Amino acid sequence: MSGYRLKPPYGSAINRQQVVEFSFNGKTYQGLAGDTLASALLANGVRHVGRSYKLHRPRGIFTCGAEEPTGLLEVGTGSTHTPNTRATDVALSAGMVARSGNCWPSLGFDVAAVNDKFSGLLPAGFYYKTFIWPSWHLFEPSIRRMAAGSHAPDVVDSDRYDSVSWDTDVVVVGAGPSGQAVARAAADGGARVILITAGALPDDTPLQHARITVLKRTTAVGYYDHHLVTAVEVTPSQSVARERLHKIRARSVVLATGCFERPMVFPDNDRPGVMLATAVLRYATQYGVACGRRVVVSAASDHAYLVAARLHQLGMEVQAVVDRRARVSQTVLASLPQGIRVMRDAAIVQVHGAKSVSSVTIFEAGKGRQRLDADLVCSAGGATPNVNLFSQAGGSLRWLDESAMFIPDRRPAGVAVVGSCAGVFDAETAIEHATAIGSAAAIGNERMSAIPTPEKIGIGIVLADNRPHADWLPSRPGKAFVDLQHDVAASDIELAARENYRSVEHLKRYTTTGMGTDQGKTSNINALVQMGIATGRAPDAVGTTKFRPPYKPVTLGLLAAGRSGLRLRPSKRLPAHDWHLAHGAVMEEFGVWQRPAYYPQPGESMEQSARREVRAVRNQVGIFDGSPLGKIEVHGPDAAAFLDWMYLGTMSTLKVGQGRYGAMLTETGILMDDGIVVRLADDHFWVNASSGGADRVAFHMEDWLQRDLQNLRVSVTPVTAQWGNLTLAGPKAWEVLKVAGFPQMLAPDAMAHMTARDITWSGIPVKVLRASFNGELGYELNVPARYTRHLYERIWQAGQAFGITMYGVEALQVMRVEKGYIHVGTDSDGASYPDDVGLIRGPIKKASDFVGRRSLSLPVATDTSRQQLVGLIPVDRRSHIVVGAHITDASPPSLSQGFVTSSCFSEALGHPIALARLSKGRSRIGEHIKVFNMDTWVEAEVVPLPFLDPKGERLHAR
Amino acid sequence: MLLITCPHCGPRPESEFTFGGQSHIQRPTLNEQVDDAQWGEYLFFRDNPRGNHAECWRHTYGCSEWFNLVRHTVTHQIEAVYTMDAPRPEGAHS
Repeated sequence: MSGYRLKPPYGSAINRQQVVEFSFNGKTYQGLAGDTLASALLANGVRHVGRSYKLHRPRGIFTCGAEEPTGLLEVGTGSTHTPNTRATDVALSAGMVARSGNCWPSLGFDVAAVNDKFSGLLPAGFYYKTFIWPSWHLFEPSIRRMAAGSHAPDVVDSDRYDSVSWDTDVVVVGAGPSGQAVARAAADGGARVILITAGALPDDTPLQHARITVLKRTTAVGYYDHHLVTAVEVTPSQSVARERLHKIRARSVVLATGCFERPMVFPDNDRPGVMLATAVLRYATQYGVACGRRVVVSAASDHAYLVAARLHQLGMEVQAVVDRRARVSQTVLASLPQGIRVMRDAAIVQVHGAKSVSSVTIFEAGKGRQRLDADLVCSAGGATPNVNLFSQAGGSLRWLDESAMFIPDRRPAGVAVVGSCAGVFDAETAIEHATAIGSAAAIGNERMSAIPTPEKIGIGIVLADNRPHADWLPSRPGKAFVDLQHDVAASDIELAARENYRSVEHLKRYTTTGMGTDQGKTSNINALVQMGIATGRAPDAVGTTKFRPPYKPVTLGLLAAGRSGLRLRPSKRLPAHDWHLAHGAVMEEFGVWQRPAYYPQPGESMEQSARREVRAVRNQVGIFDGSPLGKIEVHGPDAAAFLDWMYLGTMSTLKVGQGRYGAMLTETGILMDDGIVVRLADDHFWVNASSGGADRVAFHMEDWLQRDLQNLRVSVTPVTAQWGNLTLAGPKAWEVLKVAGFPQMLAPDAMAHMTARDITWSGIPVKVLRASFNGELGYELNVPARYTRHLYERIWQAGQAFGITMYGVEALQVMRVEKGYIHVGTDSDGASYPDDVGLIRGPIKKASDFVGRRSLSLPVATDTSRQQLVGLIPVDRRSHIVVGAHITDASPPSLSQGFVTSSCFSEALGHPIALARLSKGRSRIGEHIKVFNMDTWVEAEVVPLPFLDPKGERLHAR
Repeated sequence: MLLITCPHCGPRPESEFTFGGQSHIQRPTLNEQVDDAQWGEYLFFRDNPRGNHAECWRHTYGCSEWFNLVRHTVTHQIEAVYTMDAPRPEGAHS
């Protein structure tokens, strides 16, 4: 217990007047408004907050920002439960509940900590070599449980999320001194500017400018083509939306994203109490939290001395600066107050304290070992420019040897980098450069890209390799970690090199370094340096992997931004939706449409209801809602010729008032949709498409008209939603229409099957088509959508004397299978040619070209062993034939001769029937074949289609 | 997320459009004698340049019109936008 709250005036972000209560692992603590969860925990002296992923070693809070690799906690409960969340990146709120993940039964006593004892058996890539015999499946569940980390929420996220789109001239990422300078200069130059900052800027910021919009508490997470920057805003705690996604399209992007501190690599550098030096300083100045009382600074850079001096000022006892470098400049040494020891050419070789640092052993060249009491180790290994977004934008990097860092090199057009992330650490130079960039950005990207980045770095000498010398280490040294989140040690990097995983891409994937939620922000450079040493290469010869969005983890709900549930997939309702519900319809989703599946009477199951509905249609009359059926109006002088292009059949020979079944093919000859085409006039056609294909068919027609058939004068207008449909089917269908007041010209002896009439009934325009998908006398009545319900009520009333019955999709499926009518996509698929489903009888008679014609003569299309659609009847007249079952001779593994596409119990025939695609099926009529499904066999007879009324007498009833 | 300038609607995000593949592909007519390999070329073979690519897009969530553009396949810079019936502009070739 060594963290504590500093007295005022320290803590620029906190409000000491407002106490905030929260709980961690069941215990209640007090923090202050403005704290993060991490700063509040540290202020309460809590430093052991979790266990590492693989070895279950104790871990604490390492940084003060989004780059946190180890301080990952479960925050919230139930529908607000967020697993594996960086405590450093969570604003403390009243009543917050936080827990450690990845430990059981408790943080203090974690059973899986035994892994650490066996760490020799669990190096990088252990799962490629061990736990394999006799079968790796045996070990998989336990290994997965060990690595689980935490568990995912099992309740839907109840928070609301928002999304905002912006269009601006210049977007500046980062509001440090350089970022602010860019924003001001660009705005002064006339540009509209959006400035993104992760923190909350102080109120007296001189950034009040009409042309600058500041997005606070916002982190840029992704860069996409043509300068689209996405950013996540965390809204204040009482906001309606929890987070807001900003999508910012800019002409220029300026990155002022600063640097991460690079950690020192020494044995047991993962112990709680080892933290980045700059983070410790920020906890003190920004949150008024001292992370410890007795400090040792482990250094390989000049910056360590600045931190040491400041911490001393704040009242912490800085024991020593342990500098791995042999030489340190006099100016830097002089900046240190009296009483702080400086040990040069020295390093920490041992950390003591089981769950928290209590002392360290240091080896100093020429002086040997020494032990110092300390409860806080500040790690100051140098700076790593935050080039995440720059890399996403496609920028290249170059290595600076003396500063041991990668800085931006070649900038993509329209992207600039300023400040420390560009490698410019001298304050004056950085501001000057940033101002120039801002002014240039206001003029244009060419001007901006002409401005060179200053060469002067201003960070002093930084060591690339900051590990202790091998001779300095005790006989059994602790692990020196490179990637804290994934438990990757320097020894793992050496192992990868020995096993020849030397390229940076292999290094990353074999050791998993840099693959955690922190994307290696504090580990990548150390890993590259170590791989370079192990293979005799400079770090830039090892290379870098590409950063990918998001910069930090993003809530999935935010990406949805409210488009979930019905708002993700809105379903369409029939014009007479309420009428169907009132009549007891059970609605189901068919594609995007909510449609009546069946209309059960009290006590009926779906099957019973469907059977009753089928009986009613075949014996009396039924009503079906066919409104989703695609309807497209095709107009123009060339409409007929156009439709001849679009279909397998010939539509130009249709007479006015006549309809014809059309099969639509893709250019590869595949059946893509079908429907009845009706001619309304010389230059006007009413085209039907399948319910699921309505939109696709309309686009298909437009595609051809606009791309390959530009000379045709045709307009295509989808009108599916404009017309409601009522389908009346059954022997009594006409009688019902007569009673409802429809004219005699619609009588079956006056109106042939597959003809159409436009009439007016009850003052309403009605398009009538005599057609049927169930094999009975049928009328499809189309009215403007707003009259649909009225039509249903009138027809329902008129049909009462005839036993009129509602029927749904389930009943329709039975009837269409009895008639052998195909459903494109069910009885055919993406490899089906029209002849496979019996749509071509003999050679093509049409003289003109059509889409897909040439493909029909390809060898694959004319192969005689192709599967053909046939009917199947179980020999025992009882067994149900399962859809998807294969027709084969022997138990698998065996050759399939085809499979079952549709199946039902035929009410009319009194036994099960099925449709199947069978190799050479049409020449195997009468054969007995075997259908295999899940270890059961059904013997079936191959029969021709249709099962019912082959002469179509019911269909053509007069 | 490309910013595509529709000739009719102006600059709109990529998500409003549908990609249609390579432009200026000549469909063999019925009268031409094309063997199966040539027909296969028409159906499936496309250029794969590392550089400028003339391709067609449809503004599906806008005006529904097709148009052509020339996009550099590496930088994604859009060099030219032109209507469906216009030829590929000079200077926008690979």
